[in-house]
Amino acid sequence: MKLDERCRYAKTHEWARRDGSELVIGISDHAQHSLGDIVFVDLPKVGVSFGKGAAFGVVESVKAASDIYVPVAGKVTAVNTQLQDAPDLINKDPYGDGWIIRLVPEDPAAFDSLLSPAEYEKIAAEE
Amino acid sequence: MMKTTLLHSWHEAAGARFAPFAGFDMPIQYPTGAIEEHKLTRRSVGLFDIDHMGQVMIWGPGAGEALSRLVSNRILDMKGGEARYALLLNDAGGVIDDLFIYRLAPTNTMTDPWFVVVNASNRETDVAHFKAHLALPVHVQDISDETYMIAVQGPRAVELIDHISGIAFSATARFTMTEAFIHGVPCRIGRTGYTGEDGAELFYPAEKARQIWEYILTTAKELGIEAGPIGLAARDSLRFEAGMPLHGHEISPSITPLEALLSWACDFEKDFIGKAALLDLKSRGLSRKLVTINVKGGVPREGYPVLDQEGREIGNCVAGMYCPTTETYSANAFVPPAFAKVGTELAVSIRGSAKPAVVVQRPLYVPTYRRTK
Repeated sequence: MKLDERCRYAKTHEWARRDGSELVIGISDHAQHSLGDIVFVDLPKVGVSFGKGAAFGVVESVKAASDIYVPVAGKVTAVNTQLQDAPDLINKDPYGDGWIIRLVPEDPAAFDSLLSPAEYEKIAAEE
Repeated sequence: MMKTTLLHSWHEAAGARFAPFAGFDMPIQYPTGAIEEHKLTRRSVGLFDIDHMGQVMIWGPGAGEALSRLVSNRILDMKGGEARYALLLNDAGGVIDDLFIYRLAPTNTMTDPWFVVVNASNRETDVAHFKAHLALPVHVQDISDETYMIAVQGPRAVELIDHISGIAFSATARFTMTEAFIHGVPCRIGRTGYTGEDGAELFYPAEKARQIWEYILTTAKELGIEAGPIGLAARDSLRFEAGMPLHGHEISPSITPLEALLSWACDFEKDFIGKAALLDLKSRGLSRKLVTINVKGGVPREGYPVLDQEGREIGNCVAGMYCPTTETYSANAFVPPAFAKVGTELAVSIRGSAKPAVVVQRPLYVPTYRRTK
């Protein structure tokens, strides 16, 4: 599985990366690989707030729909509209062009409580 | 205990992901993914391990007449070597299974032989149904275990079969069966398949399962014909686009061929089990009909409610998915006939939210062999 060392991770397979005061959120390479071809992404509206661990969208693969959860509480500031026409960007580049949302965290320090790449790798490998 | 096909270890080595289907641990997709497999089949050649499907031999004096009473379609006009789609119905007109029936040429040991291909999940039911309704001198023999079945499908499949069989398979007609040796192995080769593409279905001795499969892939490579294994996920999207029913979805013991738009596979000029119920239903009028709908804003899936424009639930999706060739989110659903007209605007409830849908022309993808040249 590929990991992005700049990211921190959630047990539910999302990653978060700091970009100024915002966090960029997506799903891990391990997650996109397990899901298989992604054919649709249900994105949230900009401006909506989510509590930690709340489902903020749905990723649909060939065979199933899977909820995706915010790793930390925050307010959505942008969504990746490119995913509407090209949901497979998540398969091709999960840590780059396949990002899903940007959010302003309620607590800027919450990021540090997420899993390190090494911790996440261990959890994902055990599945 | 879960059954496996004889190619299971081959699929494993190829990196396939497996899931249970009809009691078999079957390859769902290979590392390139279901969408690429779908596209490969539409573009060149896909190879399908479909040995989970069953094969039944029926023969003996009067076999044709007896079988004809059990299946919906006309079969007695078939010549040796012809193939036809038909349905096995219950007394209520519901679909026990859908079948491919091949009429074989008589041999020294078999009078009036018929070769019937049945769905994996219905194999035992179908065989029991045949045995319950056919008596000596008509014989029924389940030959699924000793018969291997694979499909070779796609625009370059026929050319590939010509090469490996050494016969002019390309000169045969759609819905026929030929016998030939492939790599020294005696094969029955049907000009049939369930993908919307031209191609073949091969039946051969099970002990040669791997030998033939690998020979086809190797030969394709030598000829420069792009070919690869296709899992059940792509098999489903291929058949779905081509408008072909899958038992348990568009057809089932509680769905009649009239509702499923399969009247063309019923010959009302002859007698068959279920005919009376169908005629009765015809005179009363249908309460639901199969439609294909395209949906915007989500992936419709089996079980999702279909709504009219006022938001009333009028039916359910029986299958739904992203279609790689048409690039649509589409579903098959049963709705009252008043809503079945092409262009009718409906909605599908996806996770509690009504997404716009429209009834479209079936099939989404016209099988290549049915197109006028």
